[in-house]
Amino acid sequence: MRMNVTETRPFIKQISEASGQDVASCYQCGKCTAGCPVAEHMDFVPNAVHRMIQYGDRSILGSSAIWLCVGCETCAVRCPNDIATSAVLDALKREAAEKGVRSREKSVIALHKSFLAGVQKRGRMHELSLILGIRLKSGGLFNDMKLGIEMFRRGKLSLFPKKIKNKRMLRNLFEKARRRT
Amino acid sequence: MNLSYYPGCSLQGSSSEYDITTRAVCAALGIELMELEDWICCGASSGHSLDEVLHIALPAQNLKIAAEKDLDLLVPCAACYNRLKAARHALETREEVRDKMRDVIDYDGRKSPAVLNMIELLQERVGLDRLRTEIKIPLKGLKVACYYGCLLVRPPDVTCFDHPEHPQSMETVVEAMGGESVRWSHTAECCGGSLSLVHGGIVRSLVDRIIESAQEAGAQAVVSLCPLCFENLDMRQTKKFPVFYLTELLGLALGIKDFGHWIKKHFQDPSPLMDSLRLTP
Ligand code: SF4
Ligand code: SF4
Repeated sequence: MRMNVTETRPFIKQISEASGQDVASCYQCGKCTAGCPVAEHMDFVPNAVHRMIQYGDRSILGSSAIWLCVGCETCAVRCPNDIATSAVLDALKREAAEKGVRSREKSVIALHKSFLAGVQKRGRMHELSLILGIRLKSGGLFNDMKLGIEMFRRGKLSLFPKKIKNKRMLRNLFEKARRRT
Repeated sequence: MNLSYYPGCSLQGSSSEYDITTRAVCAALGIELMELEDWICCGASSGHSLDEVLHIALPAQNLKIAAEKDLDLLVPCAACYNRLKAARHALETREEVRDKMRDVIDYDGRKSPAVLNMIELLQERVGLDRLRTEIKIPLKGLKVACYYGCLLVRPPDVTCFDHPEHPQSMETVVEAMGGESVRWSHTAECCGGSLSLVHGGIVRSLVDRIIESAQEAGAQAVVSLCPLCFENLDMRQTKKFPVFYLTELLGLALGIKDFGHWIKKHFQDPSPLMDSLRLTP
């Protein structure tokens, strides 16, 4: 683990504020990790993420852990110190995305970006466009092809996206949201 | 009874059977659903992963549309329900959020409607006593594992619905329909959610563990209220184990005519189980 002690204060302060969670109060009991459905696939398990933040180690922004978190909130209901690890990981995701920090989980990043790009365009999520968007950004165009064909056969994939009527509202919403971020 | 209705994007796509069966059971119970005009996507997990403003503005825009109608809002999708409730909670409790939303969507949460999931509708608005009297074909002999997943019950201060890890309300609805439910370990475990689109393998192992746990508890099927959970459980499992939306079982129990259109959409064929219990519509 690479430590960057000089940055300790700002980083822990920044993430605690952005997430609304008191990261400093984590005492490494490991309960968040014990209940996390994806911990076994993470490079840094949830409690280690808190330790990295406490050390001020910004390299956590490039971890797979932050992107593998699915927001199930199990960690949040079990933490003896009322830390919502989920919120901390969301704050790290937003910081990583904003700074353009690379991660081996580029397909998850592509998923979230394609999702929001689709909503910005149409006001609605369209599954087929989303899947194509992800695959074009991160490769693996033919992943899950069999599943997709079977979905189509069962009438579970619509070819044509639905759009909302009030485009102006949508444009305003996204523009103003960007200014307030 | 009249309610505003927010179907959400999944119910317009891969989970259309959930939309159709929700509308059908509401009609059968005398509930008129008015779909929100020009509703927009709630932002789902991508919203809160990437954008601290959008993740509230998108669902709050729908609260704003609903507030004009002064009707409670039915949101069958557990993921949308979670996002709309999170926006409602943030608007209620945080001045800086109200301030931002006034600027971004010109709405501060005033007259925000009550947001209901399917169980809340059946328990609190219809009432289980009345529901019992409406049941034409009791689900006798059917033993199910009620699966809540994450988003209906967590975070508890946001959803304010049942218990975050040991929920029991769906069980009471199943019993009112004449069916049985099992006690099992994975009722509120995570299915992997949207990770399915990029990490099918991870989701497959999570889902198989959930199905195994339902089987070990003696269930014949899993019942869900979430399109993400349903799709993951139905499409990614390797166990050939039936999965239902609660509204599909309810429609059968209510004896709705021509109510079999959804069966062919399921990857895991529920027909053998339904035939064996004489539940085929
Ligand atoms: S459960 Fe809470 S205190 Fe325990 S390791 Fe996780 S964040 Fe830290
Ligand atoms: S919210 Fe994220 S970190 Fe917490 S238990 Fe769920 S997947 Fe793990």
